[in-house]
Amino acid sequence: MAKVPVQFTLNGSETAEFVESGTTLLNALRDKIGDTSPKGGCHQGSCGACSVIVDGELKLSCLMLAETCSGADIRTTAGLSDGGVLHPLQRAFLDEFATQCGFCTPGMLMAAKTLLDHNPNPTREDVIEAISGNVCRCTGYEPIIRAVLTAARANSQNAA
Amino acid sequence: MPLALQTFSTVADANAALKAAGTRYLGGGTLVVRAANEGDLSFSTYVRATDPALGRIEISGGKAKIGASITMAQVARHPQLAILAAAARAVGGPAVNNMATVGGNLFAPAPYGDFAVALLALDATVHTGDTAVSIDGFLERRGGGIVTAVSFTLPPEHSFRFLKVSRVKPKGISVLSLAAVIEEGTDNTITSARIALGCMADRPMRARAAEKALVGRKRTEDGIAPALAVAAQGTSPATDAVASAWYRSEVLPVHLGRLLLG
Repeated sequence: MAKVPVQFTLNGSETAEFVESGTTLLNALRDKIGDTSPKGGCHQGSCGACSVIVDGELKLSCLMLAETCSGADIRTTAGLSDGGVLHPLQRAFLDEFATQCGFCTPGMLMAAKTLLDHNPNPTREDVIEAISGNVCRCTGYEPIIRAVLTAARANSQNAA
Repeated sequence: MPLALQTFSTVADANAALKAAGTRYLGGGTLVVRAANEGDLSFSTYVRATDPALGRIEISGGKAKIGASITMAQVARHPQLAILAAAARAVGGPAVNNMATVGGNLFAPAPYGDFAVALLALDATVHTGDTAVSIDGFLERRGGGIVTAVSFTLPPEHSFRFLKVSRVKPKGISVLSLAAVIEEGTDNTITSARIALGCMADRPMRARAAEKALVGRKRTEDGIAPALAVAAQGTSPATDAVASAWYRSEVLPVHLGRLLLG
């Protein structure tokens, strides 16, 4: 099968790779580029574990073909921390016990980041809506909702 | 089986490529890549078209035309398509909402396809290249080449209604979905009714008996009772992980009543 070039910006860095035509963005990121932060859960668009941010919008990397992302700006959880300093959302997830097994966490973080990027002061309902496509079988969601609200408050205090 | 993607700048070229065996048109990916991931071996080549016309929304003279590649999120945030916002938001969580397209939703099998239910109630026209067919006819055979757009007349204010019934809040798969365009005369008598149902067959369908029973009546409990009594006529809902066929049939009149009186 012929390989095709894909080129995009991944967490701020120019990234280029040859992939087999038809490869999903999830498989390209994990198996070719080595960013294993997006998780392969259901591969059906039901669980949200593979969520990444493409050109500012939350997308499911398991249902996108890598070839269709050429030129895109892609953000994953691997790019959240800054030189070893956790992103406020990651800090809040730890502090609020929003991570248990951790499998849903990268997708949850991407969904939460997309929300806060567009809406820095979300309501509880906004948070519930934002993570409504992400499944967590450990936490019962409440710690995650608290963590996102905590991170939003921390951001607005820092900005003040 | 290895998969491959072929990209064409025109719909005509993509339609030509789709004549080959083992090809499938790729829209937002939420149906087709999902099928490939699930092991669907009926195709090995994705075909897509990048024609900018597929990504346009045109609204003028009380009519709307939405390109097939427009996503649910784009519909939901378009100020002149506010009547469709609830139906567009009903499709998936935020990520699916950013990917699922208007064209793709026409092909979504039950229990999916909530947006197509709204389009069916709106008596939309489905454009496939040079031809245009009514959505009723389109849904019967779902063929005729790549869908390029849907168009419809924007209904009078308050005449369009949409309701998705789901057990999981805020987002879940449909038990059923309903949409209606109800027009009323000056004395509040219903002059015309067009009702579409999702999950009550393998694809969106009209509740024709209920539509007929509403004309000349008023939107009161007594007025709509004959329509509710015949709401399930002609339906053949599936039993799936979300609900049984029996349950869907039992709750249909209840939710149709809420749609009409709400």
